[in-house]
Amino acid sequence: MSTFEPKIVAFCCEQSGLPAAEMAKTLKLKIPDNLELVPVPCSGRIETLYLLKALESGADGVVVFACYEENCRYLQGNVRLKGRVGYAKQIMAKIGLEQERLEIFHVATNSGVKFSEFLMQKADQLRLLGPNLGKIA
Amino acid sequence: MIKAEQKPFEEILEYLAPYNKILLSGCGACVTVCHAGGEKEGALLASALRMARQKTGKPLEILESTPARQCEPEFAQELSDTIGRVQAVLSVSCGVGVQTLARHFPATQIFPGVNTLFMGETVEHGVWEERCQACGDCILEKTAGICPIARCAKQLLNGPCGGSANGKCEIKRETDCAWQLIYDRSKSLGQLHRLTEIIPAKQWGVQSRDSGPRRIVREDLKV
Amino acid sequence: MKSGSNLEKVFVNGHFAVTAELGPPKNNDVSVIQRKVDFLRGYVDAVNITDNQTAIVRMSSIATSAFVIQMGMEPVMQMVTRDRNRIAMQSDLFGATALGIKNIVCLTGDHHTFGNQVNAKNVHDLDSVQLINLVKTMRDEKTLMGGEEKFEGDIKLFIGGAANPFADPFEFRALRTAKKAAAGVDFIQTQCIYDMERFKEWMKMIRDLGVHEKVHIMAGITPLKSAGMARYMAKNVAGITIPDAIIDRMAKAAKGSEEGIKICVEQIQEVREIEGVHGVHIMAIEWEQMISKITEMAGLLPRPKVE
Repeated sequence: MSTFEPKIVAFCCEQSGLPAAEMAKTLKLKIPDNLELVPVPCSGRIETLYLLKALESGADGVVVFACYEENCRYLQGNVRLKGRVGYAKQIMAKIGLEQERLEIFHVATNSGVKFSEFLMQKADQLRLLGPNLGKIA
Repeated sequence: MIKAEQKPFEEILEYLAPYNKILLSGCGACVTVCHAGGEKEGALLASALRMARQKTGKPLEILESTPARQCEPEFAQELSDTIGRVQAVLSVSCGVGVQTLARHFPATQIFPGVNTLFMGETVEHGVWEERCQACGDCILEKTAGICPIARCAKQLLNGPCGGSANGKCEIKRETDCAWQLIYDRSKSLGQLHRLTEIIPAKQWGVQSRDSGPRRIVREDLKV
Repeated sequence: MKSGSNLEKVFVNGHFAVTAELGPPKNNDVSVIQRKVDFLRGYVDAVNITDNQTAIVRMSSIATSAFVIQMGMEPVMQMVTRDRNRIAMQSDLFGATALGIKNIVCLTGDHHTFGNQVNAKNVHDLDSVQLINLVKTMRDEKTLMGGEEKFEGDIKLFIGGAANPFADPFEFRALRTAKKAAAGVDFIQTQCIYDMERFKEWMKMIRDLGVHEKVHIMAGITPLKSAGMARYMAKNVAGITIPDAIIDRMAKAAKGSEEGIKICVEQIQEVREIEGVHGVHIMAIEWEQMISKITEMAGLLPRPKVE
């Protein structure tokens, strides 16, 4: 059996993803071992470059926990995010990185359970996929 | 401003195949505005190139720099030290910037990272369209401020061809017919009578690119 | 007489003129020209020789026109500004007139991306209005473009142009024809007419501008072969409108091609009644064998012998 434990970078919007993460922690729900949380004031703050840099500097998968589309506190932040994730995926395709290594997941403040379940599934998926061969460790 | 688009990734990888340390030079002017080769796009491209090369087991070290305007010798010179430390340069500025580097660094291979496309206007965020072809003899006063040289596929100077339908061009049906625009605007300006004047053949030879590269000299500015 | 061409004489003598169209072969096979000439000779006053129409490479219109003269017919050489600059066009005009060509139609030409050389660099040094003016200057002033010095010999050409009353903006269409008249055009051939009402409206504008007194207007007619062809043209060719009534009539007919000829003959008779229309230009695309029948049914035969 492989001992590969994928590194996941999870960008968390402070309006939704971060409270969901805290709830998961309070409820002692399962989360993957090799997880790095990056709080952001709004998912619209995430530049395409951050997503790519996360992959370049060691992540096997990148997840963005953002608000539901109509719920952005800053009106269109998560819509902008969608465009940037799409662009990052285009670049990943050119590099030859699997599309599953980057995903947006919409949550609300009370989505602790969903947060945990999604990350556990993502870790399983990445384990099957194997390490990100583009990372420069 | 000048509009450009990044070259296909595969093509760039091919140029850089022989090297393991390069400089990726962006430009802080036009290509920043059209999101093709500014600091951000340069960093994204550098990151993508590093990962792509890492995957193939031939890592590529990339230094990044974005002079304010790569087409000005003063800014290009700022790259001297960095260029001394690399084997080649990938420039994501327009074709002008690439040539400025080529002129100043005769011993360094400079590769273009973008295709320079046109001089255009931002129609809406993320959409740019060609507006001027620098013909060197502006006739916008005759055509209600809309250029048929840049915006008509046949560069017609005396009215629309038979392929103008419902305001669109038959060649690219998403494109407005320049002469429909000229007609509409002339009408709203009360200047329709101007369109009955025959615009004579353009004098391509004097001012245009057809006589080789053009040059402007301002003696008062030379030091 | 400006050119002394048969077509010009037909107009000058007040006859209703008839021209047709002959597309040169997509190779150098002269027998194709001969076959088409044999279908047309005697039924029309002159025949247009297209210049790489739809930007498909064909035998040059000059060479084809020269063969047509040898075969005993009068050509109307088309010249497009798409492929040649002013040096090449003026040179070709010397050559064409030396070969005995007496009629020309000045066009911009279909865009090169419609043809089989999509990566060509198009020229468009001049547009059709400027080319008309260039030919007129060579004929009447005997000078080259922008030149003072007169050349020897005569450039005797009857100068034609095109008009499309069915393209947009409609209000500009007659003005553009007026510009061609001012630039020196002697006759105009229109795009094929199916929307007769719009054509009549355009002709009224032409008369209001007085263009019909300076220029011979020839109405463009193309017989439909089938309802399918009508639908295809209506949908895919910019600047052609075909009313539903005509498409329905084609669809209901027992034999589409016969109905197409009937419609064509009716159209010729109808345009003949319009003030200012001095002829018809029948474009039977790859259907030249029908010209004899159409002209006979429309009462256009025999063609006048003019001196």
